[in-house]
Amino acid sequence: MRRPQIVTDERRRRHGGTGWLVALVGAVVLVGAPYLPWAYGDEAMDDMTYLGGPSPTQFLGLALGAALLVCLLAARFLVPRLPAARRRWFAWHTGASAVATGALAFQAVVVVAVALELGGLVNVEYGGWIALAGALLAFAGTRLLVPERTATLGRVHSPGWLVIVVIAVVMLGSLLLIAHALDEDDPGVFIALLVFVGAAVVLVLRVGLGGWFSSQTARFRPVLVMAAFLVAFAFPFTQDGSNANMSIATQVLIFAATALGLNIVVGLAGLLDLGYIAFLGAGAFVAAILSGSAFSAVGWNPPFIVTVLISGVVASVLGLIIGSPTLRVSGDYLAIVTLAFGEIFRLVMINLDGNDGPDLTNGSNGIPNIPDLNLLGFDFGEPHVILGVEIPRFANYYFLLLVLIGLVIVVFANLNRSRIGRGWVAIREDEKAAEAMGVNVFGLKLFAFAGGAFLAGVAGAVKAHHDISVTPDQYVFLESAFLLAAVVLGGMGTILGVLVGATLLRLMPEKLRFFDEYRLLAFGLLLVVMMRFRPEGLIASRRRQLEFHEDDEELAAHTGETPPGAGRVEPEGAR
Amino acid sequence: MSTTAEQATFDTLEADEVLLEARGVTMRFGGLVAVDGVDLTVRAGEIVGLIGPNGAGKTTFFNCLTGLYKPTSGVVSFAGRPLRPRPRAVVRAGMARTFQNIRLFQNMTALENVMVGRYCRTSAGPLTSIVRGPKFRREEAETRARAQELLEFVGMPDVADTLARNLPYGDQRRLEVARALATDPQLLLLDEPTAGMNPQETRQAEVLIQRIRQTGLAVVVIEHDMRFIFNLCDRVLCLVRGSVLVEGTPEEVQSDPRVIEAYIGTSADEPDETGSTPEDGAPRA
Ligand SMILES: Nc1ncnc2c1ncn2[C@@H]1O[C@H](COP(=O)(O)OP(=O)(O)OP(=O)(O)O)[C@@H](O)[C@H]1O
Ligand SMILES: [Mg+2]
Repeated sequence: MRRPQIVTDERRRRHGGTGWLVALVGAVVLVGAPYLPWAYGDEAMDDMTYLGGPSPTQFLGLALGAALLVCLLAARFLVPRLPAARRRWFAWHTGASAVATGALAFQAVVVVAVALELGGLVNVEYGGWIALAGALLAFAGTRLLVPERTATLGRVHSPGWLVIVVIAVVMLGSLLLIAHALDEDDPGVFIALLVFVGAAVVLVLRVGLGGWFSSQTARFRPVLVMAAFLVAFAFPFTQDGSNANMSIATQVLIFAATALGLNIVVGLAGLLDLGYIAFLGAGAFVAAILSGSAFSAVGWNPPFIVTVLISGVVASVLGLIIGSPTLRVSGDYLAIVTLAFGEIFRLVMINLDGNDGPDLTNGSNGIPNIPDLNLLGFDFGEPHVILGVEIPRFANYYFLLLVLIGLVIVVFANLNRSRIGRGWVAIREDEKAAEAMGVNVFGLKLFAFAGGAFLAGVAGAVKAHHDISVTPDQYVFLESAFLLAAVVLGGMGTILGVLVGATLLRLMPEKLRFFDEYRLLAFGLLLVVMMRFRPEGLIASRRRQLEFHEDDEELAAHTGETPPGAGRVEPEGAR
Repeated sequence: MSTTAEQATFDTLEADEVLLEARGVTMRFGGLVAVDGVDLTVRAGEIVGLIGPNGAGKTTFFNCLTGLYKPTSGVVSFAGRPLRPRPRAVVRAGMARTFQNIRLFQNMTALENVMVGRYCRTSAGPLTSIVRGPKFRREEAETRARAQELLEFVGMPDVADTLARNLPYGDQRRLEVARALATDPQLLLLDEPTAGMNPQETRQAEVLIQRIRQTGLAVVVIEHDMRFIFNLCDRVLCLVRGSVLVEGTPEEVQSDPRVIEAYIGTSADEPDETGSTPEDGAPRA
């Protein structure tokens, strides 16, 4: 599948100079426009009514313009002055195109947000229109630039301290960014911020820094992973004991842990599971029943470690029951059966109410009043003071969930880089050939299915205590669909991708409450657009990318390096 | 290819010990009898050729032997034990194959392809793989080393990190052989290993098969190239319409008028069912 080509290389070569000039004008306008007022009312976004004093959001627009300016000037004036060996370090034109696209999206979001929040396009003041025009100019101009094919910065060997410093800066930046984004409650500003971050990331990748980052950090992978966890660990300390953001963060973590488990089934083993939420539900119900809640029909209240294991085992036994008859036949049956299983699970939970079946779940009322966890004397329901910072209830669960996610990541990554992971890839590639080579096709599929269910069951056990109550209507098909979307959107078979996908999908509805009615519509549109332009997901695994672009010879030829157009690619398999 | 384990299995086999014994293998697809009561005996260290016009049932016979198809009737036994028609049981027993139309794992590297072949000879389970103890790491390192060794054996030492789909056609065929060898077989089934190769590559394939035999493996090879069969095989079977027409030395089979008639006859008046060109089916001399 190729994207339609309006601007051919031939035209680019002829009009590249004009394009550069137009883009330069656009960039200058983008830098200048934030000093003009963008809206007539100060309630829109973060008050963009002043002349000469840009608001934070306007500064973001300015930053995009400045980045574009740097790319354009560097391409024209810096590159010819460099020694030949360094001329191709950066892909300035490619970067300029990316950032111009980002700027256009940014300005469009601003105009639409102002119009929506104040009621009509008339509320957009001249500065907003000028900025949009500048972005359009920049966009059009950069289309005519001849993009560089590759940036070679990734092959430059940099000193270790520099890499570590960059890792630290990136991690700190993300921490501040996440804390800031969570505090933002104006939907317009939130989306504008997302677009800005997206544009910045794409710019960094396209211009060649992404290749540098992934090739250099490969040497320091443990450092990178540790730093990421440290940042995640530090997050509650930035919240001043407030529960509001922590509750969102814990929801994101539960969702992400479950999505990562699903990613083993979908991304690694290639099995389409449309009822995965039922395994989360099974774990949650088991934990609720064994929690000692006054509403539980069972009096036994084992220690949480035991409960977690039972939850996981019950979920995986359900997985075995569903999987063993269906995994022998081809893929589509599994999707249908799991879809049905999800529904059956919900209905069974509703009917185990003492009227239609044995009393286990209190029917649709579910099991409320689940007591908070208490591990080794640490009460998860109480705020604690650690290092002089108050850690509220949700932050306690946050730490537990971090441990859980860490565990799931280890399971995912280690299985992926093992004999079992190779078997899964082989099955995805050619099931018959894998079988003929002695791979235990059925066994590996069943293991993925039941193992994924186990992880979901464990996550469900934590979720039950976190949520305080468990009801059947939390575990509906739509949730399975969202989990699958997080996997597909983020990138099947990758860890980072699914973390990003899960975060986006859980955070957006939280921040865009006004959008609730159109949520599913927007979600559907997003998926359609993704499938058209980037079916391998935001952060693609190399292998999946190859699978989705069977006829792309150029992509296949670059096995070792990151092509500038391919975004970040997770290295796969042990080297 | 001269690891001690391999040598050991070879030494325990008598030179003319029967490895594979197929009796009355029959495969029906609805009304079509694709394989009709075929008997085949392969002894250790032998190279047996299987020839026959297009659609004669050669590939189907292989599929029956390797458990990809469950034969309608007939028994297959390997090293004296009856073989269940399950691909995994077959591979474990010591019989590996390649495919007529290459079936590599295209988006895996050459080395990974061969490593998949080691799957049935390694044992790291889920827990071991997650915990990654010393035993796991030793097994991984051994798998990797053995795979590299096999790539070298088939004459492609430098392609370990190349994606299978980026390899030239001839190399893809050799990679399939390496992948099959990775399962530590005693008998190798090759389905048209030189199809689509130029004369020079065909020559290399011949040498490779000779070397495989020298390591103590038996080989059954389906081929249309008569010179190839003539150079390599100890014994040849000619399959026509699902049953064995002639069996004998290459000289006997090649000069048998019925064989020539079968080839010319079918390719002239029977429509081609497998999609290959008629010349493919005719003996090339
Ligand atoms: N799965 C199947 N279902 C139905 N018919 C089949 C199937 N597989 C093979 N056949 C038929 O069985 C016959 C034998 O086919 P087979 O592929 O074994 O021939 P072959 O000897 O390998 O020919 P070639 O030299 O062209 O490879 C053909 O008529 C084919 O159409
Ligand atoms: Mg055939």
